[in-house]
Amino acid sequence: MIGGLFIYNHKGEVLISRVYRDDIGRNAVDAFRVNVIHARQQVRSPVTNIARTSFFHVKRSNIWLAAVTKQNVNAAMVFEFLYKMCDVMASYFGKISEENIKNNFVLIYELLDEILDFGYPQNSETGSLKTFITQQGIKGQHQTKEEQSQITSQVTGQIGWRREGIKYRRNELFLDVLESVNLLMSPQGQVLSAHVSGRVVMKSYLSGMPECKFGMNDKIIIDKAGKGGVTNEAGKSDLGGGGSTSGKQSIAIDDCTFNQCVRLSKFDSERSISFIPPDGEYELMRYRTTKDIILPFRVIPLVREVGRTKLEVKVVIKSNFKPSLLAQKIEVRIPTPLNTSGVQVICMKGKAKYKASENAIVWKIKRMAGMKESQISAEIELLPTNDKKKWARPPISMNFEVPFAPSGLKVRYLKVFESKLNYSDHDVIKWVRYIGRSGIYETRC
Amino acid sequence: MTDSKYFTTTKKGEIFELKAELNSDKKEKKKEAVKKVIASMTVGKDVSALFPDVVNCMQTDNLELKKLVYLYLMNYAKSQPDMAIMAVNTFVKDCEDPNPLIRALAVRTMGCIRVDKITEYLCEPLRKCLKDEDPYVRKTAAVCVAKLHDINAQLVEDQGFLDTLKDLISDSNPMVVANAVAALSEIAESHPNSNLLDLNPQSINKLLTALNECTEWGQIFILDCLANYTPRDDRESQSICERVTPRLSHANSAVVLSAVKVLMKFMEMLPKDLDYYGTLLKKLAPPLVTLLSAEPELQYVALRNINLIVQKRPEILKHEMKVFFVKYNDPIYVKLEKLDIMIRLASQANIAQVLAELKEYATEVDVDFVRKAVRAIGRCAIKVEQSAERCVSTLLDLIQTKVNYVVQEAIVVIKDIFRKYPNKYESVIATLCENLDSLDEPEARAAMIWIVGEYAERIDNADELLESFLEGFHDESTQVQLQLLTAIVKLFLKKPTETQELVQQVLSLATQDSDNPDLRDRGYIYWRLLSTDPVAAKEVVLAEKPLISEETDLIEPTLLEELICHIGTLASVYHKPPSAFVEGSRGVMHKRLPARTGSGEGTECPDVGNAAGGSAPEAAPSIIPSQGDLLGDLLNLDLAPPTTTGPTPSTSGMQMGGMDLLGGGLDSLVGTALCNILIMSKLNSSLLSPQLGGDIGGSPAMGAGFGAAPTVMPASLNAPVGGGLGDLFDLGGGVGMPMGAYIPPKTVWLPAMKAKGLEISGTFARRAGVIQMELVLTNKAMSVMTDFAIQFNRNSFGLAPAGPLQVLTPLGPNQTIEVSLPLSTVGPVMKMDPLNNLQVAVKNNIDVFYFSCQYPISMLFVEDGKMERQVFLATWKDIPNDNESQFQIQDCHLNSEAASNKLQGSNIFTIAKRTVEGQDMLYMSIKLSNGIWVLAELKVQAGNPNYTISLKCRAPEVSQCVFQCYEAVLKN
Repeated sequence: MIGGLFIYNHKGEVLISRVYRDDIGRNAVDAFRVNVIHARQQVRSPVTNIARTSFFHVKRSNIWLAAVTKQNVNAAMVFEFLYKMCDVMASYFGKISEENIKNNFVLIYELLDEILDFGYPQNSETGSLKTFITQQGIKGQHQTKEEQSQITSQVTGQIGWRREGIKYRRNELFLDVLESVNLLMSPQGQVLSAHVSGRVVMKSYLSGMPECKFGMNDKIIIDKAGKGGVTNEAGKSDLGGGGSTSGKQSIAIDDCTFNQCVRLSKFDSERSISFIPPDGEYELMRYRTTKDIILPFRVIPLVREVGRTKLEVKVVIKSNFKPSLLAQKIEVRIPTPLNTSGVQVICMKGKAKYKASENAIVWKIKRMAGMKESQISAEIELLPTNDKKKWARPPISMNFEVPFAPSGLKVRYLKVFESKLNYSDHDVIKWVRYIGRSGIYETRC
Repeated sequence: MTDSKYFTTTKKGEIFELKAELNSDKKEKKKEAVKKVIASMTVGKDVSALFPDVVNCMQTDNLELKKLVYLYLMNYAKSQPDMAIMAVNTFVKDCEDPNPLIRALAVRTMGCIRVDKITEYLCEPLRKCLKDEDPYVRKTAAVCVAKLHDINAQLVEDQGFLDTLKDLISDSNPMVVANAVAALSEIAESHPNSNLLDLNPQSINKLLTALNECTEWGQIFILDCLANYTPRDDRESQSICERVTPRLSHANSAVVLSAVKVLMKFMEMLPKDLDYYGTLLKKLAPPLVTLLSAEPELQYVALRNINLIVQKRPEILKHEMKVFFVKYNDPIYVKLEKLDIMIRLASQANIAQVLAELKEYATEVDVDFVRKAVRAIGRCAIKVEQSAERCVSTLLDLIQTKVNYVVQEAIVVIKDIFRKYPNKYESVIATLCENLDSLDEPEARAAMIWIVGEYAERIDNADELLESFLEGFHDESTQVQLQLLTAIVKLFLKKPTETQELVQQVLSLATQDSDNPDLRDRGYIYWRLLSTDPVAAKEVVLAEKPLISEETDLIEPTLLEELICHIGTLASVYHKPPSAFVEGSRGVMHKRLPARTGSGEGTECPDVGNAAGGSAPEAAPSIIPSQGDLLGDLLNLDLAPPTTTGPTPSTSGMQMGGMDLLGGGLDSLVGTALCNILIMSKLNSSLLSPQLGGDIGGSPAMGAGFGAAPTVMPASLNAPVGGGLGDLFDLGGGVGMPMGAYIPPKTVWLPAMKAKGLEISGTFARRAGVIQMELVLTNKAMSVMTDFAIQFNRNSFGLAPAGPLQVLTPLGPNQTIEVSLPLSTVGPVMKMDPLNNLQVAVKNNIDVFYFSCQYPISMLFVEDGKMERQVFLATWKDIPNDNESQFQIQDCHLNSEAASNKLQGSNIFTIAKRTVEGQDMLYMSIKLSNGIWVLAELKVQAGNPNYTISLKCRAPEVSQCVFQCYEAVLKN
């Protein structure tokens, strides 16, 4: 298991060091500093073995977090734990920075004591951690016996993510379908790879211990329902929103993963998504689709080398969705060679600028409706160099935001049942929103 | 509230000030002071002097303060064991506190204070806490048992905590179950055969139930534990699989990977025609792909595992090629891994896409990545025949870019393509020759020379080209020298009239002016062949080459099986068995996949640990009988002490005389043997060699490169060559003798990162009475390394280098050299801990580097270690019983005869054997180089794979090491 955990600043100074196992000595702290942090680019793997000791590291801004072990540990677990620890710290004190870590080092030690025991990850749900790790140490004394046992049963219990006795005057929930659409396209317009990775994020403000059921236009479920001859009533009470393409299509989800509140065995057998939600904001599920993706934009690049000292670049972008919808925050990034000396740009829409520090022309358009087209052309002057190496021509990348789900996913229903309290599914106010963003959206040129 | 100020005090007299503050009456001030102490501790300052003052703050109602004090205690208790006792009372009291959080805190912290005296006091509170009414306390106590076991295993057993822990597996609270499983798994690892976990269908059922309910981490513990279980039949296997598959949809990648591990393992047992088998295969692909959208570090772990899965079951991901396409912004470590998997998945169906991608990658910036991409194109050509032509033209395009490293890499792979498809693409040779001057890496130079030699008849100026290389012959690396020698001999055989002078020149360069035994020996072989029978020479040197295999750098099947059992763990990331990087007994147990029920295939895999080396002996002896007595006699020569690499004897006269020794019947055999040898050496450097020269890679400098047919070699060449080939023989000691001394596999002693690019790996061997340290030096830096020297620190047995480190040629970037350093045992002595530890300093022109390594003590067992029976008896009685230690050797399947023979190879001599009630008792003696005698009694019971061994010695410290040797020798 994890033998120790260290946090360093960018210079390699130790900010936090917590050793869980005897086989990890103080010299391990220095070994990592010398061999990884100070080695700069030399170390090319997130797992390093130095003198039979393995170091796992992740970086958050310029802070290094390293887990150390001498055993054959579950590597995936160690990384998952490191990410989780970053989440926990962030939810306690915000950004992970040297200053914040120094300011909260006592808290961090307290957390490390709780979430990792003898190197074994324990409960790491911020929700329940916050009930008893508060940085007001005296709190322990004011708790009643009931409160204490409630804490411990929540920390260890089946529903570690939600406490009992939550009350809201108004029961309300918000569903955000957030998708990032990824594309790699060849210069000729051939899709090399495309996928959508989506997340369903829920903010729940519900009283009691509500049992929820979530439905979407997943092909498998709809096919199943169709076969059985039962039309799902819930289909009618469509929660609206979205609406990029025709309404009733179902989509093929390649794979999905769920928050730990979802009953996986039920999903596996009936493909129904049922759960008792954590309170407040959390991520209900993640999914990935690769079929029938709506690619909101098409980029058509044209690069011509005019002699050794000049490049002509023309890029056309076309929007490919309903004309009534508007895409926002559009940004096209056209890389330029390192030896660029000057750039002239002409664009029909938006603003374009050459940013020497980023080696790119950045073209920004605030809004653009569907089925439109826009164009930019640029002349790039190059300094003559004797550098033999060819310019690698990085791909042209795009950023944007569209008000629909490029995968075609639709929320069909989210039902809430709370048998003990007197509110029903109809009393809950529900909101659904679809946002499609660009992930890595690249066209080679 | 900001705590950062505590980091900034660095005044002198700080400790004194802190002391005053700690003893202050004001609570706030106390707390502030403790915080300062913790901050200093974090930065690495020694604040242990404050121990009593900090412990005084422990008695407090303030939970935060208490936790800080505990933190301090955990850090310093070990250095102040007596003082730590002061804290015991508070702990015991806290374990009775009405607040469960405080009870848990106390038991948790107490387990972290690793002081023997405290453990006694820990037992009672721990027992109570294990049965506490609150699950939070129980789950903490479960882990505490593992902590206590780590400090004092005996105590845990005596107190019966293991049984209590087992009971917790049936606890009503899932987190308690998960922690109990984790603790038991860890304890079980250090007692491989204890059957602690006692997995049976009932307990498995409990685990599967808890799996649905516990935290993500608990699920990982349980899944990892499940993976150790072997179901009774395919039905049970299927039902477990069915209950594990839902985990594939978990958001936590580690849960997914651990579930994949269980499924991959249990799948082995399912009949392939079962519907469910197919369903399961389909279910595995999507979650694996999803792992690739995780954070980059997890992607890396996932990719390393996918690499294994693809090798084991290619069908799972065969349609998912696209997801492994490299993204521009992927970190380099992700890019390299993706590339590897792309090649493995390449097939006729997707080759066009793959090639287009690879060509794209070859224009990127990162040198390593580009090289790998170019290499990948070559591998595609070899793997998918239909694409070969396109690959070659892509490579030619890349050569046109004139980017130096691209060109070199391309030439190396084109050579392999020529090997795979002879007489097809030779038209490109002209283009290759144009780039001759830009080649500066040995591998590329060697490849180019191979091409020129192989196709000498089609290249008009082949002799000029080769001659140009010959000018700087001595500055070339061994690889290039060997290749040049062979190429010129080939040229001579093809165009004898014009190149006689050239061949003379290269032969004399190789034999008379070279210190490299490999090169010299090959030179002699050619020389002799050419001068005696040019026709035979032609048959040997220009023999048709065996085709190279398509799949390269596959992981060896037994290792792969083991790694599949370790999916998700570090072993699967390193692609090494845990024993390669874990110290001590933990996790060294080899895991293997279960056999398919009902069929006989599967588990006869031998020990997996020693993947390198060791397989040759079986192959070689089978040739011996056909050779008759002549060979048999000559073989004995192998045992003669090695001749040092002295000046080469002049040759011609001896050669001719010697040939008579070869009976006519031997000719053909020698021919084929030589042929193999030559080809193997030729391939030695090439990427495609593993399947042929797997055991070669080891140590060409030692001549082990000739491993495939060592028994034939010495016989046919011994007489003619005389002393010059002596060193070729003593490698025969390792391979030719069926019962050679045990030589552990090479391990990396000094990673390149720690030594400015110099990587040292090696092992120790005892060959014909001489202890040798066999080193492999690899230069992973950008500059040439020279002036190597080596020195040892004083050590337990006075090991010291018997001569200087023989690295004569400078070591260029990416070059590897193997050196064997004879050791003496007359150096200064100092007891080391562990006893067989050796601290080494290696110097080169860049710096001095230090590392330490451990040698198997069997290297010190001398040849005259056989004791007289009477003396043995007397000595055994004479040594007090206190000095006797007993060990268990587990899982050893030799009978006593075989064991005795095997041990004798390592100078462990059996003196007498007694059989009592089906149990063989072997009495053995060992003499160490410093004169210490070790007496042993080995009990072997027929049918029982566990041996018991008792060791008696006047210096009982060595027993542990000797036992380890027994284990190593018997299991290898």
